Amino acid sequence: MLPVVGALLLVFVGNGDGRRNALVRWITLIVSVAVFAVTLAMWAAFNPGSPEFQLVERVPWIPAFGIDYYVGVDGISLLLIVLTGFLTPIAVLSSWIGIEKKVKEFCIFLLLLEAAMIGVFISLDLFLFYVFWDAMLVPMYFLIGIWGYDQRIYAAIKFMLYTMAGSVLMLIAILGLAYLHNAATGTYSFDLLKLYTLDIAPRTQFWFFLAFAVAFAIKVPLFPFHTWLPDAHVQAPTAGSVILAGVLLKMGTYGLVRFAFPLFPEAATYFAPWIAVLAVIGIIYGALVAMVQPDMKKLVAYSSVSHLGFVVLGICAMNVNGMQGAVYQMLAHGVSTGGLFLIVGMLSDRRHTRLISEFGGLKAVMPRLTAAFMIITLASIGLPGLNGFIGEFLIMLGAFRWDPRYVVAAGLGVILSAVYMLWMFQRVYYGKVTHGENTTLPDLLPHEWGSVIPLCAIAVVMGVFPTLFLKPMEPAVTRVVERLQNTQTLRVSNDARNAKFKMQTRSEVK
Amino acid sequence: MISPQLHAIVPMLSVTLAALACMTWEAFRDKSEPDQMPVGALGIVGLIGAGISAAFLWNGNAASFGVVSGDNFGLFVTLVLVVVGILTIMFSSQVITRDGIPAGEYYTLILFAIAGMIMMATANDLLVIFIALEVLSLAVYVLTGIRREDPRAIEAAFKYFLLGAFSSAFFLYGIAFTFGLSGSTHLDRVGSYLAAQSLSDNPLILVALGLLLVGFAFKISAVPFHMWTPDAYEGAPAIVTGFMSTGVKAAAFAAFARVFLSSFEPFSADWAPIVWVIAAATMILGTVVGVAQSNLKRMLAYSSIAHGGYLLVGLVAANEVGKAAILFYLAAYAITNLAAFGVIALLGARDRGNDELRDYAGLWQSHPALAGLMTVCLLSLGGIPPTAGFIGKWYIFSAAVSAGYYGLAVIGVLTSVISVFFYLRVVVMMYMQERGTEAPRIHVSAVSMTALSLSIAAIFYLGILPAQVLNLAAQSIATIF
Repeated sequence: MLPVVGALLLVFVGNGDGRRNALVRWITLIVSVAVFAVTLAMWAAFNPGSPEFQLVERVPWIPAFGIDYYVGVDGISLLLIVLTGFLTPIAVLSSWIGIEKKVKEFCIFLLLLEAAMIGVFISLDLFLFYVFWDAMLVPMYFLIGIWGYDQRIYAAIKFMLYTMAGSVLMLIAILGLAYLHNAATGTYSFDLLKLYTLDIAPRTQFWFFLAFAVAFAIKVPLFPFHTWLPDAHVQAPTAGSVILAGVLLKMGTYGLVRFAFPLFPEAATYFAPWIAVLAVIGIIYGALVAMVQPDMKKLVAYSSVSHLGFVVLGICAMNVNGMQGAVYQMLAHGVSTGGLFLIVGMLSDRRHTRLISEFGGLKAVMPRLTAAFMIITLASIGLPGLNGFIGEFLIMLGAFRWDPRYVVAAGLGVILSAVYMLWMFQRVYYGKVTHGENTTLPDLLPHEWGSVIPLCAIAVVMGVFPTLFLKPMEPAVTRVVERLQNTQTLRVSNDARNAKFKMQTRSEVK
Repeated sequence: MISPQLHAIVPMLSVTLAALACMTWEAFRDKSEPDQMPVGALGIVGLIGAGISAAFLWNGNAASFGVVSGDNFGLFVTLVLVVVGILTIMFSSQVITRDGIPAGEYYTLILFAIAGMIMMATANDLLVIFIALEVLSLAVYVLTGIRREDPRAIEAAFKYFLLGAFSSAFFLYGIAFTFGLSGSTHLDRVGSYLAAQSLSDNPLILVALGLLLVGFAFKISAVPFHMWTPDAYEGAPAIVTGFMSTGVKAAAFAAFARVFLSSFEPFSADWAPIVWVIAAATMILGTVVGVAQSNLKRMLAYSSIAHGGYLLVGLVAANEVGKAAILFYLAAYAITNLAAFGVIALLGARDRGNDELRDYAGLWQSHPALAGLMTVCLLSLGGIPPTAGFIGKWYIFSAAVSAGYYGLAVIGVLTSVISVFFYLRVVVMMYMQERGTEAPRIHVSAVSMTALSLSIAAIFYLGILPAQVLNLAAQSIATIF
């Protein structure tokens, strides 16, 4: 079912004609909308009651190593795919006018990126997952490097190297897992479900978990690994930022939920408090740094660090509420931050600056854009009734059941987020028009309506009908959590066994 | 039809005959006629003959005169070499006309070199390996300096020749010791002799081992025997560099693997730690120094040193996966690297190489197709999916992991990240920098374009559907080790 998406893309690549930019844009838009329709059709075909992977396809790829083209979705990945399908047409629309040179190549890279992102979310074979994971870097690198702002080359290389440095260590861990599977059963396998059943020694788990977690933490980005993000975000073209914030960052948290935690439950239990501490630091640090940014895009970028901290915190809580909240927050953040970057991009396309001080009083000049920005801002802050609230609330609930101390710190983050977002909003839109050139800026253009309306609509829908999204993911989340909690109890009995074993050896020595 | 004794050397004969034919053709050719492609076409015919005969010999385990064995391992490398040869000739057709290189001599030398390489890959006797080594080396020394008017080429050829001769002496000395110990130069007999020995009884084994190791390390330009590589690679015409960095390396690795993984296998516990260190040093030095280069050829020279290091990882791992990984990696690397040098060669001009990094600024604007092809090659060299280079690296590292060499695998992946940095510098130049001056228009002939398209297709084929070739590689090692 999904390879159709890839095929569509390839057909497009053959058709592209550099001289007819409008045609290329339309084709891209149609393709991406069609992909979105396909993802919605998947949702329709999806049975929300089952925790199992559905719509599974399996074709042997490299049989000698047990590598298959093995794809399928459960509730978690399904929603993320829908998010990807949703944001890509918006990204296309956002570059409708802003991108003038090499339109065809831009569109090709954008669609390749979409294919790779979907690939990451649907892979159930670790090798396949890694291929998509790394392949995705290339189009993103070009998007930032060619169509970005003035510091783009530095940002693009930094993005690429940071991500690769993390992911190659994960590659080793993946190979190690396949090797362990070989040692245990006699065949190599990269099949995620088979690897779930492996019994891995705690020491090995420790190292493998670290390798996976670092790769994902860089992508998220978790606090000390976040430095690539402001650069990449700020320098990327609007479409790149939307995709980067909307989908790419989710790959890190998705990886934690799908791979790092369930594959190495014992190590995960061991590391969870430490990761949660980093997440909380990220929440507060991201918020504080965002507050003082003079550049709107940078501000939104740091707000991502803060919001993704919440997601990681929810994952670390390792209970149903926290996990669900984390996944929900992933979706919500994709929509709201995607929207923020989109509108900031519109402003910077008009004025060719992103400095907050260059704006002011825009409400009088462009009331419609202001209204849209208001909705998205409130969604990002987590106002009840909009999408951000549900996720944050569930995460806090989950974290509270785990350890209330984290919630106190995270709550501070919520308040700070209101501070920096509203402060920016106030400085940009309220007050008097301080710069003469701002008086003549046009309000929303037709193609911008096309991208803003769905975003605002979905923000409201997600805030008002959360069940629509929570229900399909629930069985899958429950399964992950059960797996983690089983090991927690198992570990207790293990400890007892180990203690017994130690005593035995001691008595033998005697 | 042919005596079974000759079967295993048919591929070699085919290439040699083509070489002789080229020589004859050149002697009787009408020199006023500028078109030199027919000479190259002769070579391609010979190479295709070699390829077909190798395909026929597959699974046959033919042996000629007890010293050349047509086992699958040798045949796999032969096929890689045939591909290298064909691509080289196709790229060369345009380049040598432009640079005024005498076609007959050039193609003859290329073909003799390939004949030597095939011999080296299939030889089963230390002395034959040595003869093959000399055949190919002499041809390559001359090829390096074939642009006689260029002082850099002369310097490169001379350096390469002196150090090459030096390493040959080491290698020969190693053979002498081995012969002195075991009374034979035949690999099987050496192997069965060594299997019954222990190092404490016979410390001389270590001397023989060490000398052979040095000889091979020179040829595959492993650290610390890599000094000649950057100079030789930079001075030689780009296409010859591509040929050297792939063909010579493939042949030398084949012989290296054969000698060390069969005859000297009993002492692997003694040589594995040494090769471990060499592999790590080679990967690290190749990438780290590569970062500092501003000349593309020199940069790729260091990158090819690093790739030698990755191949050594497979050798250290020395398990089933590792041996097959060496073969697959050789194939992937040979095609990728040759195509990259092909692009460099095409972009050069007679009076100037155009191989500084800044010459590539804005290539995307002036030659989008070449820039795109070059990008694919560089990404493949960097090991980014879905290209051949990624599968090769993955295969090598899975060998290391399954043999328990986690440290080596970690060094390997980290250096490959560093290497991505300098490959990306070229991409940055091509796509994201504007060219100050007007770029010279370069006409790419149909033959060169075909060769490039074929290599790119092969890179993606090996990257996306590697199962077939992986199986072949796995079969190849089943016969000898």
